Amino acid sequence: MTALALPTRRDEAWRYSDLDALASVWPVPDATRITVTAGQSAHGHLLQDAATGAAAVHDYVIDIADGGRFDFHLLNIGGRLGRVTFAVTLGKGSHFELNGAIIGGGDQTLEIVTQVTHARPDATSGQTIRSILGQRATGSYLGSINVARDAQRTDAFQSVKAMLLDRTATANAKPELEIFADDVKCAHGATVGELDRQALFYMASRGMDPATAKTLLLKAFVAGVFDDVSDEAVKDRLEAAAIAKLETLV
Amino acid sequence: MLTIDNLTNEIDGKPILKGLSLAIKAGEIHAIMGPNGAGKSTLAYTLGGRPGYEVTGGDASFDGVNLFSLDPHERAAAGLFLGFQYPVEIPGVSNLQFLRESLNSQKRARGEAELNGGEFIRLAKEKAALLGLDMDMLKRSVNVGFSGGEKKRAEMVQMGILDPRLAILDETDSGLDIDALKIVGAGINAIMRKPDKAVLLITHYQRLLDYVKPDFVHVLAGGRIVKSGGPELALELEREGYAEVVAA
Ligand SMILES: Nc1ncnc2c1ncn2[C@@H]1O[C@H](COP(=O)(O)OP(=O)(O)O)[C@@H](O)[C@H]1O
Ligand SMILES: [Mg+2]
Repeated sequence: MTALALPTRRDEAWRYSDLDALASVWPVPDATRITVTAGQSAHGHLLQDAATGAAAVHDYVIDIADGGRFDFHLLNIGGRLGRVTFAVTLGKGSHFELNGAIIGGGDQTLEIVTQVTHARPDATSGQTIRSILGQRATGSYLGSINVARDAQRTDAFQSVKAMLLDRTATANAKPELEIFADDVKCAHGATVGELDRQALFYMASRGMDPATAKTLLLKAFVAGVFDDVSDEAVKDRLEAAAIAKLETLV
Repeated sequence: MLTIDNLTNEIDGKPILKGLSLAIKAGEIHAIMGPNGAGKSTLAYTLGGRPGYEVTGGDASFDGVNLFSLDPHERAAAGLFLGFQYPVEIPGVSNLQFLRESLNSQKRARGEAELNGGEFIRLAKEKAALLGLDMDMLKRSVNVGFSGGEKKRAEMVQMGILDPRLAILDETDSGLDIDALKIVGAGINAIMRKPDKAVLLITHYQRLLDYVKPDFVHVLAGGRIVKSGGPELALELEREGYAEVVAA
């Protein structure tokens, strides 16, 4: 069988990507498959901190059976291209939760792409993404939620916020909904902002040097993403990596 | 301590301060009063170095150092404190974090030893008690969800912790009821009334001056100091209004 053709920008899921970087690792490795059996809870995390200039693509295909629950924490900070995708299928009364942060600088392209399918009734899903982008970096979140015809009482939210540190940085956020059931709650919000100048002056007026002030505001912005990581060692590692990356951008 | 000489400035190309001069010596408390829009806050922000407040002429020297050659955080490290008319809210950053980073930044800049967690908490507790502010308030995000009066008290707790040599307090009395005004007045006296410190109180009303007694009172109008005098000038302004006093 021949390898799959390299995607193009016409392909919606790749429209903001770095296809030159992708070509260097194409074809990408097979997706990681995760199955959560009925009534079980599981969790996972990824610290995507590939070397400078490298391309890293991680695909996850996740099936959550009836009454199951899966929590994933993601810190996407490494490589010239860092792309992490999730294709999630939710069974009856199950739950999927993604908490992710993108922190990029230089010429990095960092992406989170999700496709969450509520296949059966009473499932819930939550996605919280915070992006901090400096220099010429591009950060993208493409998230589609598909609610099948009999997936009544679906409850899904996407909360996506990006912070741009430089005018040359770019944030893309595309939440998409495709709903075939009628009794459904889907909430999504996406915002792009900058560091609050008033807050920066207030902090400076108290003696805080600009780098410390910016770091504190950025920590506050991503705080919460790793709050409920159950393994303390993993949590510390994710938080420390996030802060170290932030400090390279201020 | 602070000498302002013929200061002019612009905001968005619009001249606001138009040749303002003022000298404050150590041990003195000065009050600046004046009508709305006179340029009182503009003076405070310009001395603090707020971006957008462009100095177009004149000088300000703080203990012999050209204030305008310093960045805002360097001015604070040099001993300047600005009390904000409208304190800024910073969601997600606790007062304690904010103040500890601020104090330690100042100490680093001055080449002094930083405070560790325990030392800092003891200092914060002492100053919160002085202003009658619950320590739990200091665990919350900076000014978020604080009432007008709580913000002003919290600012004075900040001043107590940072221990500046010169405080410019912009309408610290606004939003305070009479009991809070007494506490804040007593706090300002306790923190700042020292032979090696000075205060510039910006206020609309005489009432704060009942608690923090100024040595000098100035009237700011149209971007200039148009009249200066002793404490009796504040009473005269209260009685007769700015228009009368400025015209006389
Ligand atoms: N950020 C700003 N942009 C434009 N004009 C401003 C700004 N801040 C103040 N001004 C103007 O400067 C003048 C002085 O304002 P201000 O210093 O706030 O007066 P006061 O504090 O004495 O009431 C006013 O005419 C006001 O409209
Ligand atoms: Mg004012």
